[in-house]
Amino acid sequence: MEGEKQLYTVSVYTENNIGLLNRISAIFQRRHINIESINSSVSEIDGVSKWIILVRLSEENMKKIIGQIEKQVEVIKAFFHTDDETIYQESCIFKMTSDLLFEERQIQNIIKESNARIVTVNRTFFVIEKSGRKEEIETLHKELSAFGILQFTRSGRIAVTKEPMEISKMLKAFNN
Amino acid sequence: MDAKTIKKEVENSQTTERISGSEAIIKCLLAEGVDLIYGYPGGAIMPLYDELYKYQDKIHHVLTRHEQGATHSAQGYARISGKVGVAVATSGPGATNLVTGIADAQIDSTPMVCITGQVSSHLLGSDAFQETDIVGISTPVTKWNCQVTKASDIPEVLAKAFYIARSGRPGPVLIDITKDAQFEEFDFKYEKCKGIRSYIPIPKLDHTAVEAAAKLINTAKKPLIIWGQGVILSNAETEFKAVVEKAGIPSAWTILGVSAIATSHPLNIGMVGMHGNYAPNVLTNDCDVLIAIGMRFDDRVTGNLKTYAKQAKVIHFEIDPAEIDKNVKTDVAVLGDAKEILAALLPLLEQKTHLEWHQKFKDLYAIEYEKVIKNDLHPTKEGLTMGEVLNEINIQTKGDAAIVTDVGQHQMIACRYANFNKTRSNITSGGLGTMGFGLPAAIGAKMAAPDREVISISGDGGYQMTIQELGTIFQQKVPVKIVVLNNEFLGMVRQWQQLFFDKRYASTEMTNPDFVAIAKGYFIEAEKVTKREDLKAAVAKMVATDGPYFLEVCVEKEGNVFPMIETGASVSDVRLE
Repeated sequence: MEGEKQLYTVSVYTENNIGLLNRISAIFQRRHINIESINSSVSEIDGVSKWIILVRLSEENMKKIIGQIEKQVEVIKAFFHTDDETIYQESCIFKMTSDLLFEERQIQNIIKESNARIVTVNRTFFVIEKSGRKEEIETLHKELSAFGILQFTRSGRIAVTKEPMEISKMLKAFNN
Repeated sequence: MDAKTIKKEVENSQTTERISGSEAIIKCLLAEGVDLIYGYPGGAIMPLYDELYKYQDKIHHVLTRHEQGATHSAQGYARISGKVGVAVATSGPGATNLVTGIADAQIDSTPMVCITGQVSSHLLGSDAFQETDIVGISTPVTKWNCQVTKASDIPEVLAKAFYIARSGRPGPVLIDITKDAQFEEFDFKYEKCKGIRSYIPIPKLDHTAVEAAAKLINTAKKPLIIWGQGVILSNAETEFKAVVEKAGIPSAWTILGVSAIATSHPLNIGMVGMHGNYAPNVLTNDCDVLIAIGMRFDDRVTGNLKTYAKQAKVIHFEIDPAEIDKNVKTDVAVLGDAKEILAALLPLLEQKTHLEWHQKFKDLYAIEYEKVIKNDLHPTKEGLTMGEVLNEINIQTKGDAAIVTDVGQHQMIACRYANFNKTRSNITSGGLGTMGFGLPAAIGAKMAAPDREVISISGDGGYQMTIQELGTIFQQKVPVKIVVLNNEFLGMVRQWQQLFFDKRYASTEMTNPDFVAIAKGYFIEAEKVTKREDLKAAVAKMVATDGPYFLEVCVEKEGNVFPMIETGASVSDVRLE
């Protein structure tokens, strides 16, 4: 029986290879699992990429999928964690009309209270950046919406785990 | 490609030589021990074919009549020999025609390397003539794939391709090489791949897990083994037989596991699954310990998972960690190569016979014999059965032939009734169920094992999906024996229509051509049998013929394959009629 679905942060360490994204996203697609967000970047190890994939599914399915991800030749190791087991952040930017900065005093307070920061201001527009949890970003988005947002983008989740991952140890073992 | 991620073994000389990318491909193939490949030329792969012309005394290239035939031939070659099969095609349609064979090799864990030509690198992404993104297309059905745009990458990529295809759980690899990379000259040096840091082909054996498995097996009262192709792929036949005999455990096979031990072995109790034998299916839900060896609990094996072996403790010996608990929850999982696991297990097992338990299988076999087998093999009613053809082949080949099947009713009948004395004797499309697989796979099998009698058995439907490979058989003079069991229907689909769709035979009846005339058109000796009294002599003539031979047997039109587990039913609810 399939258990209750919950949000998992999947961390995948890979060789940086063209086409691997296709290979991994196909594993989710086959089972009709929606990827909530995906982020690819360098990792703490030279030449090794790290992907953070956010998905909502049952623990049982999560384990099966981790097995299928790790099976890919160019995947070094894959992990899955719950929110409690990770430290995670997202980032977002808003582009708004510069006039608002002078006409709507309220905006400056919102920026200050939400720990957002102004990245740039010019004659026509200004840009606000905010990092934090999804809910904080959503709150800020809601508050700023009232004034009209020209453009908005939110990044995928990035995360580190509380537990050590010991990838370097694994790679060292190969070289010996 | 990053050199530090791969372990290498230097072959032969350390010296380099300046050659073209396409000549390098040939030298890589030779270094990997390849002397026979299947393929079809075209624009983007022409530089490679030019080199194949120069090296034709070292590598025999077989021109198939369709790229799909090349992959199935490479699969047949790989399955009977255990070596990596190689298929070559051009870009675009040549490459896409490989996809069915690649998917088949992926799901049936067959080692294969496919090499495709690609448009020149400056044209990539421009919708050039015969450009297709074959790396993108083949991604979900390959163990690994890669595009090469520089000649200097060829040795390392091909070394990796062969290593990945054959190591661990084998599978297909596709390497796409642009035309300019084939022309480009570079300093060639070949180093065999010995390991990739992100890839663990065989998990390290955990001896405590083996001990836990042994303990469970030793205390079992009603143990049942189900083995799959893993036993064959890891060359574990000897160790497997020793384990089965020492522990005295009734053992059943999945369709790809057949022939790992002889059909006549007293502990070989037949096939499990949808059209498997009665006793192992029913008693799967009676055993107390189920030992799965190198098999993956496919849905055609398990039927309804909710009622599958719920009473049993499950032990799973498996090389691929992703298979553990995928379909059936295990109590003891032992990861590793079957040969290694079974060798470690053997000394821990107690000598047992389980006579009473074994008797249960014999009793159920008697029921199956009376209700199904007798009528299949020794029919008294008019109309030839597929089973009696298999029976005649068994008698006349004495169980020494390799049987290559297509997909459908004849496949189930062939796998159920063919007698096998040796391992690697049955080549069939299991996981993908690819109609058209049989004839080209038989070509590859016969060429890889020329000393063996290879008999291709197809239905009239699947045979016509790759019938053009008769041209390959004719041109290459491959002495393969071709049997078509003609019921003028897509028989398995028709059987389902009869049982589950109130006999509404939608698009399953076939008006067939004169198959004998077609075979003769390719100068292949041929005969058609319609009567029981002519069967024996016709099979005798086929077996006695040195060259290729075609035998059509017209069987009853609406024969059904039983036993049968209906979709969604439990293995213990297997129907006998």
